[in-house]
Amino acid sequence: MARIFAYIVHRGGVVDDSAAELLAAAKKIDRTASVTAILTGWGADLDAACDSLRSSFGETWKIANETLSYPNAELVRQALLGALPAGSILVVLHDHFGIDLSPGLSIKWNAAFVSDVMGIEGIDGNSLNLVRQEFGGQVSTHVRCDISSGAVINIRPGAFKPESGITTSGEVIDKSFTVSTLTSRRRYIETIVAEAGDVDITKHSVLVSIGRGIQEKENVSIAEELAEVLGAAVSCSRPVVDAKWMEKSRQVGSSGKTVKPKVYLAFGISGAFQHLAGIKGNPFLIAVNKNPKAPIFQVADIGIVDDILEFVPVLTEKARELRGVSAK
Amino acid sequence: MEILVCARRVPDTSENEIEINAAGSDIERDEVVYSINEADNYAVEEALQIRDRVGGNVTVVTVGNEDDEEILRRQLAMGANQAVLLSDDSFSGSDGRGIAAILAAFVQKGHYDLILTGVQADDGGAQVGGMLAAMLDYPFASLANSIQVGEGKLRVSREIESGNREINEIDLPCVLSIQTGINEPRYVGMRGIRQVASVPIPALGAADVGVDQTAVGDAGARVKRVDYFVPALSKGAQILHGSREENADQVLELVAAKGGLK
Repeated sequence: MARIFAYIVHRGGVVDDSAAELLAAAKKIDRTASVTAILTGWGADLDAACDSLRSSFGETWKIANETLSYPNAELVRQALLGALPAGSILVVLHDHFGIDLSPGLSIKWNAAFVSDVMGIEGIDGNSLNLVRQEFGGQVSTHVRCDISSGAVINIRPGAFKPESGITTSGEVIDKSFTVSTLTSRRRYIETIVAEAGDVDITKHSVLVSIGRGIQEKENVSIAEELAEVLGAAVSCSRPVVDAKWMEKSRQVGSSGKTVKPKVYLAFGISGAFQHLAGIKGNPFLIAVNKNPKAPIFQVADIGIVDDILEFVPVLTEKARELRGVSAK
Repeated sequence: MEILVCARRVPDTSENEIEINAAGSDIERDEVVYSINEADNYAVEEALQIRDRVGGNVTVVTVGNEDDEEILRRQLAMGANQAVLLSDDSFSGSDGRGIAAILAAFVQKGHYDLILTGVQADDGGAQVGGMLAAMLDYPFASLANSIQVGEGKLRVSREIESGNREINEIDLPCVLSIQTGINEPRYVGMRGIRQVASVPIPALGAADVGVDQTAVGDAGARVKRVDYFVPALSKGAQILHGSREENADQVLELVAAKGGLK
């Protein structure tokens, strides 16, 4: 049976919340496995992060190297190649770091790679059976991965529920000696923090959120008019920012803002998981979309199959009547 | 600068409702509208803008069949200097590693300073760029959302969490995967495409690029799609079936009831 590792991200001595998701995913691969956490970094922060995993992982492998103070995926990949036994399975979070790290790691490690996995059905001989989604979540697929030379499995953030009640007394094993000089032709320079926008969408209790269905920049005003009547703010999904119809500061999602409104009106938003990841606090979600198969209808409380360009102006007019506001 | 862009033709999810065929073996492709993968289109635009600033050539390559020529033609109309189709019966059924192996063999036949891919395709795994870089032993950065050209190196911004950006310096030659929104891709009309209708698009097979046949195709794939399915719905939304006006009234009532109106 292949040994299972989970690559754990940490910052400031604290492990990322995803550590429990990675453990849960690893247990889905093999219920009986003792999962090994593997961490890279440097100094007291790394030591503190490793120590905090003793209660949940059977073993925690620590790779300390000053060049790993910042997790540059090019350097982390080299470090992991030195430490990981061939033929193992490594579970990684499919976020901006996992996307950077894993595909290249699978090649250098001569292992199979499957990205953005959202379900694990277990091992059958030399195959690991997995579930993925395609086409923005409109369809799912069963995938068979040959693990005879090992595998790197990137899991979707939020797809694996942490298991409660796992307690163990694991030990931290220093594997720093497996790493020799690390060099990279890609150098980390700095992190630029996102600018605050004109409106803070994280502070609003009602969001009128628009997606690709708004179709063109001129139509953004229909959402703004509704928001004004409702006392709400306008937010959006990624395609609206990509098209430069709204500022990045209005984007809800894993690469944008995390919001916690009471009511979320999703207009013309398909419901990609990266967008849903930015909606927290379980708001009442009303979705309007032309496509009855849009994944947003799987998570919404109320759904309406309609063209938002027709529906929203009617809604705005009704809201004006209700609130006694006259049209401008 | 010699720039290679790896692009793909995919079903356009903004234009299609994706349905699964009766056998569950594939999606229904007969009525589907195809286009260039969205992130790849941004990659082509980025390559053209870099070329126009610093000089050089842009080559666009895809692994596929004659149907895929339409996106190559479109990219020639956008301004690419040349386009190449990599096509061979033995390529069919390749996984991401197989596609990367085909592209790596092609790259080694030429000379490129910069190789761009889109970050991900709608039916893909955000993987080919990183695999290609590892096969070529080039440095790699994913999720690029701005690129500045320096002397023998680039300054690349990566999209990380919460709208933050990670700035890296990366030596050439390198591979970057391009995130959507990095630029504003130029529009290409039918007229533009007609103007490049007679530009030859060479098609190269497995023997031409010299790829190891055991690494590609169904036989070489370690990762295989078994079937397509629609998962059993969770609770799902309660769908309102009233008239537009009735639905609007109900939405307002619900917004008020859920504490949304003060």
